[in-house]
Amino acid sequence: MSGASNKITDDELNALILRLGTLLPQLNHGRHGRASPSTTKILKETCSYIRRLQKEVDDLSERLLQCLDSMDITSSDAEFLTNLLQQ
Amino acid sequence: MNNPHHLNPTSLKSRFTTRFLRALTKIRAQKPISSSSPTEIFRRYRRIKVAADKSMAYSVRSRRIWSKAMLWKLRSRSYRRQDPCSGRRSGKTNQAIMKKSSNENTTTRREDGVGFVEEADELRQLVPGGETMNLCNLLDETAHYIKCLTTQVQVMKKIADFYSF
Repeated sequence: MSGASNKITDDELNALILRLGTLLPQLNHGRHGRASPSTTKILKETCSYIRRLQKEVDDLSERLLQCLDSMDITSSDAEFLTNLLQQ
Repeated sequence: MNNPHHLNPTSLKSRFTTRFLRALTKIRAQKPISSSSPTEIFRRYRRIKVAADKSMAYSVRSRRIWSKAMLWKLRSRSYRRQDPCSGRRSGKTNQAIMKKSSNENTTTRREDGVGFVEEADELRQLVPGGETMNLCNLLDETAHYIKCLTTQVQVMKKIADFYSF
């Protein structure tokens, strides 16, 4: 990663953009063998993906609000849930 | 399922799950006097959402700009609520520092000579602390932020499903 200078090389930039692209589910959907998406497309898709995820967090917070009073959280729940999540 | 090098999903998940459950237990114990008023309900929702974001930011082990920025933002927001009239100087000073560093980085953006400054700016608004990052950091932090967000969503879903029988 360019530490001394502020300029970023083309290779570094491409590598970072490509990596972002691999994280986006919508982008890779049905992309069989076609040319790789443009940087602009990747950035645009990244923004909408982040917005989607942030909204999911909001919605899930609301869901948890609804069932909070009936939640009986025991000390072993964290471990149990983590194991569930590992699968 | 891609296995990222810099992020260990296993331990991040368990740290977040533990922290978040602990926070939920506290929130649950704070029974408001009038639990049916819309204000109280909204306040509770806010507490849960803040707890989710805070738990995730604290669970991040590696030194990340976004998680520090998020914690700073959450902290300064709670200060402002407690002291609405004081106009805390520390908050203003921090803002001045952040503005300064973002000016230093605007030259980076212009020097790039690339055609996606608008999209990068939009991304800067979405990633915590994005306004102060140069392009290289922004892209790197974004990747990590997305991985953490997906973990956060996954765990919150599991918890909601688990307790809503």
